[in-house]
Amino acid sequence: MNKVYNNRAWWLILPMLLLVAFSAVIPLMTVVNYSVQDVFDANTRFFTGTEWFKEMLNDPALQAAVLRQFAFSLTVLAIEVPLGIGIALIMPKKGWQASAVLILVTMPLLIPWNVVGSIWQIFTRGDIGLMGWSLRELGYGYNITASPVDAWATIILMDVWHWTPLIALLCFSGLRSIPDAYYQAARIDRASKWAVFRYIQLPKLTNVLVIGVLLRFMHSFMIYAEPFVLTGGGPGSSTTFLSQSLTTMAIGQQDLGPSAAFSLIYFLIILLVTWVFYTAIMNMQKDDNNQEA
Amino acid sequence: MEWMVWTTPTTVFFAVIAAMLAGMTAWEVISPTVERKGFLPISTTRGDRLFIGLLSAAYIHLVVVGFTPLSIWLALGASVLWLLVLMRWG
Amino acid sequence: MSDSLPTTPDAVRQRAAAADNRRRRKARPASRQWRRRGLMTAYIVFVLLPIYWLLNMSFQSNTEILGGLTLWPESFTLEHYAKILTESSWYMGYVNSITYVLMNMLISIAVALPAAYAFSRYKFIGDKHLFFWLLTNLMAPPAVFLLPYFQLYYTVGLFDTHVAVALAHCLFNIPLAVWILEGFMSGVPKEIDETAFIDGYSFPKFFVKIFIPMISSGIGVTLFFLFMFSWVELLLASTLTSTGAQPIASVMTQTKGASGIDWGALAAAGTLTILPGIVVVYFVRNHIAKGFALGRT
Repeated sequence: MNKVYNNRAWWLILPMLLLVAFSAVIPLMTVVNYSVQDVFDANTRFFTGTEWFKEMLNDPALQAAVLRQFAFSLTVLAIEVPLGIGIALIMPKKGWQASAVLILVTMPLLIPWNVVGSIWQIFTRGDIGLMGWSLRELGYGYNITASPVDAWATIILMDVWHWTPLIALLCFSGLRSIPDAYYQAARIDRASKWAVFRYIQLPKLTNVLVIGVLLRFMHSFMIYAEPFVLTGGGPGSSTTFLSQSLTTMAIGQQDLGPSAAFSLIYFLIILLVTWVFYTAIMNMQKDDNNQEA
Repeated sequence: MEWMVWTTPTTVFFAVIAAMLAGMTAWEVISPTVERKGFLPISTTRGDRLFIGLLSAAYIHLVVVGFTPLSIWLALGASVLWLLVLMRWG
Repeated sequence: MSDSLPTTPDAVRQRAAAADNRRRRKARPASRQWRRRGLMTAYIVFVLLPIYWLLNMSFQSNTEILGGLTLWPESFTLEHYAKILTESSWYMGYVNSITYVLMNMLISIAVALPAAYAFSRYKFIGDKHLFFWLLTNLMAPPAVFLLPYFQLYYTVGLFDTHVAVALAHCLFNIPLAVWILEGFMSGVPKEIDETAFIDGYSFPKFFVKIFIPMISSGIGVTLFFLFMFSWVELLLASTLTSTGAQPIASVMTQTKGASGIDWGALAAAGTLTILPGIVVVYFVRNHIAKGFALGRT
């Protein structure tokens, strides 16, 4: 669409800008202020310069949490993206079945995040949980409070359960926007199923998939409530992710300075990743427009 | 504003950022930017280059502060230099 | 691939119909159809099993839950639901949650509509950067903002009110709303705006009378997403409230009493948090898929 150059559009943006600035800019400034001081209260505080940043960057527990976070995010992406595409491909497209499946698939997304944790806690407990009990009956010594492997596997399974629907629904909507004529043409060419997927469906999915991967990466990067309820970050610290480390430090220990420095480092990682994705999305839209023109 | 616990360095920092934004806006009004391709792999506008410069400056500072015994002023100098290079040839 | 294909729609349809007939005569193996259904069913079972288990627990008494594993409630009871719906400490959690979610939806959509219109129709200084900045707020982990929010709302006297949570959720909900609405609005041809202005409509009148009805499905889907993300968020909601506006999600954490966890009540409360979502999703089921692609397909 050809957009008109008009700076009066700023007036339409203004209310939103003020509101978001209130809930984003002022807090962010405060975080920056905290990060260079040792704050006891508003009147008792000491300037520390870059001390907290140095401490946080060299803290082995936090370094481990960052690596764990990346490992977790990449793992869930590697599972959820192909699975989501697969589910989108087999979802019925017409009739009451389509609506029913759509609602059922969406369901996990609508559950408060700590309830998701509770659901899986109940589901996986060895004594009262169907999954935990079944695995034990089958002779596997399943125990998420003692075995880090079990805890990790369960959290990943929970995340797959919780968020694969997002990818599936995104892809489903991408697939629905492909005109029937494309499929008919493919049928005339006797194109194999794989060829249809590779040359018709996948190109159409790329756009929605970039959005999906971005959203998924970001949400998995700030995961908090689900593992907190399910494992509490344990056993040990094997499932303690960044948000939980941060929340423990900020709320639990009231260490304003260090947690603010940590917040800023966390935020910078997010900023870089978001920027890379955003640039990719924008360049893709530009290419699309050039092809249409 | 008391609860925001301002300090002189952070006040200066945000003042500089605000001045940069204001300056960029004024510059844009006087002579609108043209998207171009420099040594960066993507074509960028002036604002894009400023953002890339600031983001990399933040990372430069983190690396210097966290993992080297060097002074933060060195990081600042390097960042300013990098920002200028980026604005001119990026 | 397109050069060997027929060019007019009619020709395409004819050849496709012919191809369909050929294939039908070859009697496509029905097994593929069944495999597809089988896989879909398997996935649905995977989705529903944990939820079924929650439901199952919520209808059992605590003695039955702890007495041993039963695949369905053998002594069916509604005691947990009765408890939640009669004790105000429980049901007020739902009232609080719904209150701040509705407030947030209202605020977000009201400011996002004009903003999204501006992004979809106009170029202006800093538009791309502004949009990116919005996006970073959507991506920012709430944990980062936790402390200053606490201080901020405490200072302005909003701590432990519904407004505080509603405003805090604006952090990610407004950017999301702008992003989705912008996608839907870009799908509306600009000629409509121009015709309306030529016909003498003022901007506010055009916006309310013509434009909003045209993207009503987009607004519906956006509201659904606003509901969803405000409803499921816990960290900010529980930090910014203590007793007066406590969300149900944090009321649930109190089931850890001296005598261990009240599993039945926990399960019943969990079940009740799923219901509003199902009600809402039912209304937008036909547009939801498009919404997930941010209105962009």
